[in-house]
This record gives sequence, C-alpha cells and structure tokens, in this order.
Amino acid sequence: MSLTADVHVTTAVAAHPGVGARLVAGVVGREDLHQYLSAGGYAAVEDAEHLLREVDRAGLRGRGGAAFPTARKLRTVRTGRGVPVVVANGEEGEPASVKDRWLLRHRPHLVLDGLRLAALATGSGDPHVYVSDPASESSVRQALREVAAAGLWDAAVTVTLVEPTYVAGEETAVVRALNGGPALPMDKPPRPYESGVAGRPTLVSNVETLANLPLVQRLGAAGYREVGTAAAPGTFLLTLTGCAASGLYEIPFGQTPRGVLGWLGEETGTVSGLLMGGYFSGVLGRRALDIPLDYDSLKAAGSGLGCGAVAVLSDRSCPVAVSAAVMAYFARENAAQCGSCFNGTAAMSAVLEALVEHKAGADDVRRLTHWSTFLRGRGACGTLDGATNVAASLLREFPDLVATHVDGTCGICDAGVRVTDPPYAAALPAG
Amino acid sequence: MKIKLDRTVCDGFGLCAVHAPETFSLDEWGYVSLAGAGDVAPEHEQGVRRALLDCPVHAITELKPVEAQQGDPAR
Repeated sequence: MSLTADVHVTTAVAAHPGVGARLVAGVVGREDLHQYLSAGGYAAVEDAEHLLREVDRAGLRGRGGAAFPTARKLRTVRTGRGVPVVVANGEEGEPASVKDRWLLRHRPHLVLDGLRLAALATGSGDPHVYVSDPASESSVRQALREVAAAGLWDAAVTVTLVEPTYVAGEETAVVRALNGGPALPMDKPPRPYESGVAGRPTLVSNVETLANLPLVQRLGAAGYREVGTAAAPGTFLLTLTGCAASGLYEIPFGQTPRGVLGWLGEETGTVSGLLMGGYFSGVLGRRALDIPLDYDSLKAAGSGLGCGAVAVLSDRSCPVAVSAAVMAYFARENAAQCGSCFNGTAAMSAVLEALVEHKAGADDVRRLTHWSTFLRGRGACGTLDGATNVAASLLREFPDLVATHVDGTCGICDAGVRVTDPPYAAALPAG
Repeated sequence: MKIKLDRTVCDGFGLCAVHAPETFSLDEWGYVSLAGAGDVAPEHEQGVRRALLDCPVHAITELKPVEAQQGDPAR
C-alpha cells in the first residue's frame, strides 16, 4: 500500500444554528482582552462552592476524550491531600483534531478564564498551561501579558511547550513532563487527581472543557443547558474531515451526523461510514449517519465521541484500508513502553496491512479478533485501547468487507484509491 | 495485600506469572497485566510476594494502606 501525506488545513469555522455566542461564534482572528472583557469575561467569583454547584448542574463533562464529570473532578482535587495544581491541557495529540489549538490561538482569554475559575474552584494557586503548538504558546503568553497589565488575575501561570506526539497529552504524560520527565504516560494508580505535579492533587483538564467554565458562569446552569440534550448538555467542537465541508464546527450534543452534514450542504448518499473520536473510537458503518452525537448514544452503538473529531468515509475510502492506516499510526506512534502495546499494535497492524493487500487468511482474521478483545486494558495509557477499538469496530461494522479482503476483490482498493498517512489528518493554517 | 504493576517497566521476564498465575495474566509476547484490580486474596499472597521479590525490573510494588485507597473508582 502506498501512502501519501495529505493534511487538511482547517479554515472553515462555524457554530450550528441556535448555539449562540459560546465557543466559536463571532470570533474573527484572535480575540484580545478588550473584546473578551466586553463580552463579560473574567467576571468576579463570589462563592467557589456556588460555582461548583453550577458546574455540576450544568452537567459539564470533559471534552478531551474521557467525558468525566467536571464538577466531580474539581471537587476531588479540591479535597485531596495537599495544595491543588491545575493544568490547562492543550496538547492535542489526535492527528484528526484541531479544536484545542484553535481555541488557544483564537480564544486564549476564554481558556485562561476557565483556568482561573478552575483554580478558584479547587483552591489552587499554581496554574499551568501545557501545549505543543508554538502558535498556541505565543497566543497564551500574549494573553497572560494582557491580563497582567490589566491586573485581572495575579496568579503566576506557568506555560510549558513540549514536542507534539500522540501520547504527550495523556494526563499522566502531562504530569510526568511538568515534573521534569519525558512526556510519556505512567501506569496507574495514582491518578493525577490523587498525586500529580509535585505529588499534589492535580486537575489536568482539556482546554475545551475549561473554555466551558466561563460559559457556565455567564449563562448559569439553566442557560447553559438550553442547547444539547438532558444527558449531554451544551455544545462540543467537531473537527470534521474527509469531506468537502471539512472544518471546525460547534455543535449541540444530540445532533445526528446526517443533520450536521445536511446543514453543511454535504451529500450523504456516498457516505460508507465514519471514523470516530479521532483515531480512538474506531469506525462505524453507514448506520452512524443517524446516531445522535452524544455520549450515551454513541456508547450504545459501541463507539464514542472522544475528542470530537469525526472523519467521513466515502465510497472512495475502503474502511479496511482506513483501519490499517490508523493501526499503522498506532504501531508507529505508541510510547514504546508497554510490551502488550508495542507488540499488540504491531501484530494487529501486520494483519490489517495483509488484509489490505489480500494476503491475509481466515486464521489471521481469527487472531485479529482475539487481540481486539484480549488486549483491551493491557496498556498503561489508552493507546492500546484505541487500537483494539479500531480492530474490533472494523470486524463488527464491516464483516463482509473483511471477508472480501480475505477471499475476494475490493473494488475500492483495486481501483488504486490510497489512504493518506496519517489518515484524515487536520491542521490549522500556519500561525 | 494490594499491589501495583507498572507495565511501562515490565520487560516480560514472566516470573510473576509462574509464581502467581491467578494474579498475573500473560499475553502471548510474555508481558503481564494484573488479572484484577490489584487486591490479592490471602491464599495468593505467598506467590505474589515471591513474584514481587523475583521480578528483575521491580515492576511490582506493594501499596501501603494509604496508597491502596488511591485509584479507588468510588472516589
């Protein structure tokens, strides 16, 4: 299989109708302090407990991939042993996602305001911003100068720039890097909320999650819940790739892919499936068009929203070849720490590669099927779980196509259609 | 007894799975994961202690009572 590098540069940015001014609407270029303040930013907090209750009532969950309830995480860190540390995690390792970098480059004050609120809610005096995108770093540093000059927030915020890798944004990799080590995951326990930076209870929070805190403060829990669903209130940032309308979109939870693609003027007749959650949640067949984009609906379908990145598979992209390309990425980009991961991803990658080239037999598919369940949970971080998700979902969603690759001919692959490496990668314009 | 296994340290020697196969689950390349959450039943403690002492890379540690509370999903 020949692979070609092809990174989609994301320029289209829009909010779904009805979302209003939350994360992306009305932002042209980089929002400066004056603009952010005139929209009500950096508002005073009278009572941290009230803020925590509002976050709880708003139903905010983490946007980095794990979807953990934010209020619970804040409370756990607040009541941990030692003075808490809060970290805005903007290290966006998913190749198909751009939303964190977009927020840091275009709305640094919204993210910093969220970090400020997280510090107030947890009682932390030691806030950090952790990034791997130099343009994000300079945007945040400029924002911090603006905040300091205006005397709005007197905390000394530490900004840390690391090399971008798939695993560098994993929460224990963040902690390890901030403690002076390599940005590689650690095995658990302890979790960062128990013992993180300098052994203190540490909140590692995705920047989109933090960007929602000022919205909860400004709108109130009830106002925040006016879009989205009862179980998944609010909006999420969708990095959409694989179609003409590729871009960054703010979507209320509960919309279907068919609805979103229709809003963007995309034809859905040729959609064969979706690649979900960046590379983490595997593939879904055409049925995905009608599955609401929220935590519970996607979980019930055996998938997940992850970091909010979704790639559209067309009739010109073979799901076997796409899965093989994602697995090759995992086999190459894993942290090379856990034996089950570096061996397991290499083994699954070899089978998928052989499938693409019509060199795999039924025994190979049986081994892949075994690994797709047996290897789950056998790594210190989520990389191996992402890899098993890809294998298991391909086998579940496209069994006929897998069989065709064993003993038939695949029209798409035989027509010479190639998958890019890494597949459906997205980037922001040079900034 | 509660233990922790650091899989980033494990080099696949496999002695732990010999001494305490009910606690340490091997993959086909010889690397282990804990079969459970790290709580060791009294009848398995002796084998696990032997595994802990024999692991050439010290990938297994016994958690002190206060550490054992950490990682509890109920928190």
